[in-house]
Parts: sequence; C-alpha cells; structure tokens
Amino acid sequence: MDRLAEATPATIARRVRGLSDRAIAWLFITPTIVLLLAINIFPLIWTIRLSFTNMRVNRPNEPIESVGLRNYVRILTDEGIWHTMQATAHFVFWTLFFQVLIGFTLAWLINRRFRGNEIWTTIIVLPMMLSPAVVGTFWTFLYQPQSGLFNYAVAFLTGADPSSFSMISSVALAPWAIVIVDTWMWTPFVMLICLAGLRSIPDAIYEAAECDRASTWRQFWTITIPMVLPFLMLAVLFRGIENFKMFDLVVQLTGGGPGSTTELTSINLKREAFEKWRTGYASAYAIILFVTVFGLASIYVKALNRVKQR
Amino acid sequence: MSAYSVTEPSGRQKWIAGALVALYAIVALLPLLWIIATGFKTPSDSIAYPPKVVFEPTLEGYVNLFTTRTRQTPEFIAEHPPETWYDRIVAKYDMSIVGPSRYGERFMNSVVIGFGSTFLSVFLGTLAAYAFSRFKVPLKDDLMFFILSTRMMPPIAVAIPIFLMYRELGLSDTHLGMILLYTAVNLSLSVWLLKGFMDEIPVEYEEAALIDGYTRFQAFRKVVLPQATTGIASTAIFCLIFAWNEYAFAVLLTSGEAQTAPPFIPTIIGVGGQDWPAVAAGATLFLVPVMVFTILLRKHLLRGITFGAVRK
Repeated sequence: MDRLAEATPATIARRVRGLSDRAIAWLFITPTIVLLLAINIFPLIWTIRLSFTNMRVNRPNEPIESVGLRNYVRILTDEGIWHTMQATAHFVFWTLFFQVLIGFTLAWLINRRFRGNEIWTTIIVLPMMLSPAVVGTFWTFLYQPQSGLFNYAVAFLTGADPSSFSMISSVALAPWAIVIVDTWMWTPFVMLICLAGLRSIPDAIYEAAECDRASTWRQFWTITIPMVLPFLMLAVLFRGIENFKMFDLVVQLTGGGPGSTTELTSINLKREAFEKWRTGYASAYAIILFVTVFGLASIYVKALNRVKQR
Repeated sequence: MSAYSVTEPSGRQKWIAGALVALYAIVALLPLLWIIATGFKTPSDSIAYPPKVVFEPTLEGYVNLFTTRTRQTPEFIAEHPPETWYDRIVAKYDMSIVGPSRYGERFMNSVVIGFGSTFLSVFLGTLAAYAFSRFKVPLKDDLMFFILSTRMMPPIAVAIPIFLMYRELGLSDTHLGMILLYTAVNLSLSVWLLKGFMDEIPVEYEEAALIDGYTRFQAFRKVVLPQATTGIASTAIFCLIFAWNEYAFAVLLTSGEAQTAPPFIPTIIGVGGQDWPAVAAGATLFLVPVMVFTILLRKHLLRGITFGAVRK
C-alpha cells in the first residue's frame, strides 16, 4: 500500500486526500472578492446609476427622474469646480515638490551611514503614521496667531510680530498652511522609499566609476539619480493619488476655508453630497474624480514601467 | 568590509550628514512633543505668550477630557467640599463634575472597530494571499490589480451609496457596519502584503509536508502559517493603524453609537473657547499607541507603506 502511494504522482495523491488545490484556491479567494464586490464595486455601480438622476437623499418623496448627462455637463462647465481643481493641483504639486526635495536629501544624508542613523530614521518616520484628522486638529493649535508654536517660531526667526499673521484665516497663507503640514507629515514616506533605492545600488558600480576617475558630481547624476528614479517615481505615484483624494487632514485644519481657498475636490464633493444633499449631482462628481485619478495613475504607471526597463 | 573602501564616506562627511539629519528629526518632533506637553498644562498656560516651555504640570486637561462639568456658585462648592483629587481640580474653577464625557466610549469604539476589522482583514487576506501565492488562479494578475484598484477610490465617492445601502440594511452607525467597511478597505493592503510574505516562504517546505502525507489544508495550517507569523503580525499592525486613523467614513457614516475617536477629538470644547489641554490630552492618548507600534514595526515599515512594492 505504501509503495503504491509513493508511486502515485503527487498531484493525484493530493486530490485524493481532502480538497483539490483548485477547490482550496477558490475557497480561499472567494470571501475576499465577494466582500470587495459588495462594499466597493456594488456602490461604485450604484454611484454611476445615481449620477444620471436628480436624486436627493433628503427629499425621499420627490420622484427620481433620469436627467441624462445633465449632471456631467453642469460639473464640467462649473467655474467653482475649476477653482477647486486648481486648489487641488496647487496642493498636489507643491506637496510633491517639497516632499521629493526634502525626502531625497534626507535619504541621501542617511545613506552616509553615520552612527545612530537608524534611531533618527525612526524618529523622523513618526508623523507619517498618525491620524491625519487628529494631526489637522493639533496643527490648528500650532497655527494660532500669537500663542501658536509655529507663529512663535516664524516670529523668532524673522522678527515679525507673531500675532500679525494667521496661517489658517489668511487667503494668501492658507494654501501654504496645508502644504506645510502635509509636507511635515509625509516627507518621511518619500525618504523611506528613496533610502531603499539608494541602498539597492551596489557599491561595485561606484567603485568602477572611481576607477574611471568620474567626479563625485558626475557619479551623482549618472549613477545615483537614474538608479533611484524608479523608486522616486513610485513614491510620487503613491503620494499623488493620496493627495488628490486628500480630505481628513485639510478638513480639520482649514475646513476648506477661508471662503473656499483650500476647498480641495474631496471637501467640495463632501459639501455637495452630505451638506447640500445633491445626491445625483455629487455622484457624477465622484465618478469624474475617480476616472481622473484612475486615468492619470494608469498613464503614470506606463511611464514608470518604461523607466524601470531602461 | 575591507580596510579601505572608496564608497565609504569620510568621517567628516558622516558627521555633517548626521548633524543635519538629527536637526531635521528634532524640528519634526517638536510639534508632537508640544502636543504631549500641552496636555499637562492649564488652559491659560496653553495659550500663554511667549509659549511656555517650563510650566507646572497638571492633570486638568485629562480630567476635562474624561468628564463633563457644570458651573456652580461658590456657596455650592463650599457646601459640597470636593472629595477626590479630580473634584478638587475642577473646584478651582467653580465647577463640579456631573458625569463622564463621551471620550471613553469613542476610544472604546476605536478599539473594537480597529481590532475587529483587523482580525477580519488579516484572516481573509491570509487565505486569499496563500491562494494567489501558491495556485494557478485564472486571471490572477487582473484579480490582484482589481483588489489594489479598490484602494484608489476616494472614500467620499463610495460613501454616498454605502450610506444608502447601510440605511437599508440597518448597518448605519453600527460597529458591524464599520468593521465590514474597514475590512473591505484594508483587504487590498492585507492581500498584497501577505502575498509578498508568502512568496518568500520556500515551496519546498510544503512539498515535503505533502509527501509526508499532510493534506494541502494541513500543510497550510501547520507549515505555512507558522512561517508567515512575522508577516501576518506586521500586516495586522498596518491594518490596525489604518482603521485607527480613518476619519472620512467615520465622520460620514457614524454619529452617535459607533463613532470612533478621530471625528470626536476635534469636537472637544471647553467653557469659553477651545479647551486646548483637553484636546491635546485626547490626541496624546490616541496617538501614543500608534507611535509605539511604529517603533515596533520599523523593520517592515517600508514594505507596509508601499503595499509590498518595495522590500528591503
């Protein structure tokens, strides 16, 4: 009997005992897929359907009528929405700019392998893991004119009067207030990914360059930068998507104000959907945002793959 | 390493790099230290100018965080002398404690929903990751990408129909509803991370077990799972941190019963202006566990934040 079992090919033997691999595979995957379909895809399809109607959740007695593409046309021709798009673009561009600049510099410095670099890295990483809504709340405290720590520090460094400016309630400063907090919070993310990129470069390449008498400057531009670039682009992808969707941090920090200066798309969408209760309109808005993120991300991923292949 | 290497930075370079990094770290840490310190200040100290670095620590902020108070006449206070240390603190402001605040409840909601959804997403994620890692699943890459793409959706975009759906099903503002929702959001992370960890466990172990007469299921339970413990644990911590920090769904879909701490902390207000020490105390209690977890996780941090795209 034992000899027979040994002679049987492994796959058949497996199938005889208990469930087949195929059955196990489906048994293991199905719950995940079902839950995602129920809580992500089903709502998404529902949103698409609602986007062609004039439904308003707060008026359940009004008949729901199909309005065709009217919601989409309205959104794409709305001045206010272009304004929030611009605010979002400003936020995404400058946060990425500062995070890449500071994050890469920090990673490059940490990669000098000085003693204690791991402890400092862990300290630097802390803000990234915290709750954005709570971070937003306590930065409003740091941004208080007069008593806030941030205003005090700026006053101390520049000699300005700490009560003469308010980061949150000034139209000129509020867009930068949110950039500063997001940069403080997420620079470590870019730093960690760059650090992994820098550490992936074998020493041998620099040694070869040294033999060829390539200057440090040249080594930096022809070895370091190209080899870190795929990592850096990945970091930009993650942060780009996240910041395009930004909601919690900014809602708590400025609430979209003053006026609508820092009203990013997600905040604007939340107003339409859950304050004005224009459900159909907001659904169309949500679909436009999702398609934008998804489209930009796919174009970007293609570019990223091209860089990787080089 | 050899005695001399061209790629090893010089001592001076290291010193400068170390000093710059330390400077950044200290500046970046200041806001956090400031919040922790503010939790132990009196309201007037918290908004003093210039900001007070040295101050007499008090637990006022924490007392105010956990209690609701009402103003009393000095005569009333004189008639009912404060008995406990926290009664004495509020009596200084001519107030008396009338009951607990909602912070405790909100914090417990965060704990229940956080752990519940973490358990579910890691449980489901482990099964799916194993199947994706070991078996030939038709359309595997498409399914994996589908799972990832669910993360790209802005929460507000799906919040409208989830709001309607939960209202129909009686799930709005319930623990179960939030647990299911956070599980769905975390599944993408958990499947992607765990697949990476599973891929690293050599298939030979299971094959040996199968030859020894284990069924596939036994091999999974007794060989693969013990090997994947570290991966599962760090995935769990990532899921927990996400669920702990989540705000958008919590603020839109919960109000009374199942509201977690993040939407609650900003609403803490005192008598006559924002009670900053109480807000700071609430934030500190909420953030410190995450800081501890981050330090525990530091080896796997990179992997977790990039969905396993970058491994060290």
